[in-house]
Amino acid sequence: MTTSSVFELKGSTFALPVLRLLGTDQEALSQELSERVHKAPEFFENAPLVIDLQAVRGRSSATDFALLIGLLRSNGLIPVGVRGGDKEQHEIATSMDLAIMSPGQPLPRRKPEQASKALSPGHTRLVTQPVRSGQRVYAAGGDLVVLAQVGSGAEVFADGNIHVYGALRGRALAGVKGDTTARIFCQTLAAELVSIAGQYRVSDDLDDGLRNKPAQIHLQGRRLRIAPL
Amino acid sequence: MAKVIVITSGKGGVGKTTTSASFSVGLAQQGHRTAVIDFDVGLRNLDLVMGCERRVVFDFVNIIHGEAQLHQALIRDKRNPNLYVLPASQTRDKNALSMEGVERVLEELQDEFDYVVCDSPAGIEHGAVMAMYFADEAIVVTNPEVSSVRDSDRILGILASKSRRAELKLEPVREHLLLTRYNPRRVENGEMLGVEDVKEILAIPLLGVIPESQAVLQASNTGVPVILDEKSDAGHAYEDAVNRFLGEDLPHRFLEVQKKRFLGRLFGG
Repeated sequence: MTTSSVFELKGSTFALPVLRLLGTDQEALSQELSERVHKAPEFFENAPLVIDLQAVRGRSSATDFALLIGLLRSNGLIPVGVRGGDKEQHEIATSMDLAIMSPGQPLPRRKPEQASKALSPGHTRLVTQPVRSGQRVYAAGGDLVVLAQVGSGAEVFADGNIHVYGALRGRALAGVKGDTTARIFCQTLAAELVSIAGQYRVSDDLDDGLRNKPAQIHLQGRRLRIAPL
Repeated sequence: MAKVIVITSGKGGVGKTTTSASFSVGLAQQGHRTAVIDFDVGLRNLDLVMGCERRVVFDFVNIIHGEAQLHQALIRDKRNPNLYVLPASQTRDKNALSMEGVERVLEELQDEFDYVVCDSPAGIEHGAVMAMYFADEAIVVTNPEVSSVRDSDRILGILASKSRRAELKLEPVREHLLLTRYNPRRVENGEMLGVEDVKEILAIPLLGVIPESQAVLQASNTGVPVILDEKSDAGHAYEDAVNRFLGEDLPHRFLEVQKKRFLGRLFGG
């Protein structure tokens, strides 16, 4: 008797659309993407997509990336991988569960620590120390709770919600994988940028009445709403 | 075992070298054997501020490369037998500071001294990282303005993640805030951040506030650390900061606008 296997592994080729990034202007990108999706909604509905970073090597930051992924997902697209980026961009992509599609180039081995972080869905990441300028904290697969402040020039990301119990002076991006129900809660709103699922607002566009007060940020339809707490 | 103190800030021109000089003189005055090292390889200044520039023979990089013995390069302060200066090299660049070399020099100093003060270069690159890597305590020098405060926040982040203590998961580096160039009048006019604002943003204990003072520039130019200027507020403020660092509980001075009385104005007091 031969035991029958429950699966077989086969190679197969798929033709995937490639989104070649030519610039890093998020505003222009958001607008253009909405227009395209609006013209041919059925083409974009749940379409897998590869992001080509060749033209923006070394230019896009983690924030840009998180915004882009959120933007694509909230438009119904499913980004599955990236190609042609630099080392840092590949690291960010890997941390967001995207594949690195670079033929002929060996994949960087993921550290076991990172893998376990990414593989614990629903897990809340707790940060008790201040997130200082230049630091970046990402809660993969869940919420992020920061008990201290997030300094100006610091970046906090989460697949789920973000809670900041000190002052929020840096950037906060919730629902970076496209979860439009994610929210940001903070005690003191002084953020440089807030974003939910790719929809963002910069400090300049914040209502003065909300500044330095407790607030929550969520999506209403496609609009970012900032309300006092 | 000596304690390693790094004087750091991120931003340039906020008073790191002035602080390094006065702080190490202060520690030495209290009877602690102190060595102060200039990590600003290529842009050395500490020797000038300490007034020992004419006695530099060997430097920090010579020691790292094994071209001289440590005791040959250490310059004994003329005013205080407890104090030694290790100057930086002016002709090399910061890449000459190897991790192993710096560690070896610090280890050698630790047997002979109570405190080793590291005067960090500006920036967050190799030189600054080398100066802070082995630190036990950090004095973060900040001016009361937003760019300096943000840079200090950045440095605190690096201390918390890239120092030896962070990497080995030891007790974290003890952080102290030193606010320099403080001008109460300009704070009152809203031109400068106040002590409380800076404390709130950086969220670390305040070691001292050094008032803006003409005496600081003059001290640098004459090579006499300002802490030795008994007539200046800045000197007294440094003295207080050193004493607080050594565990004394002193109230903060020079935070209010000084209103000169009529007689005081007449006699310049």
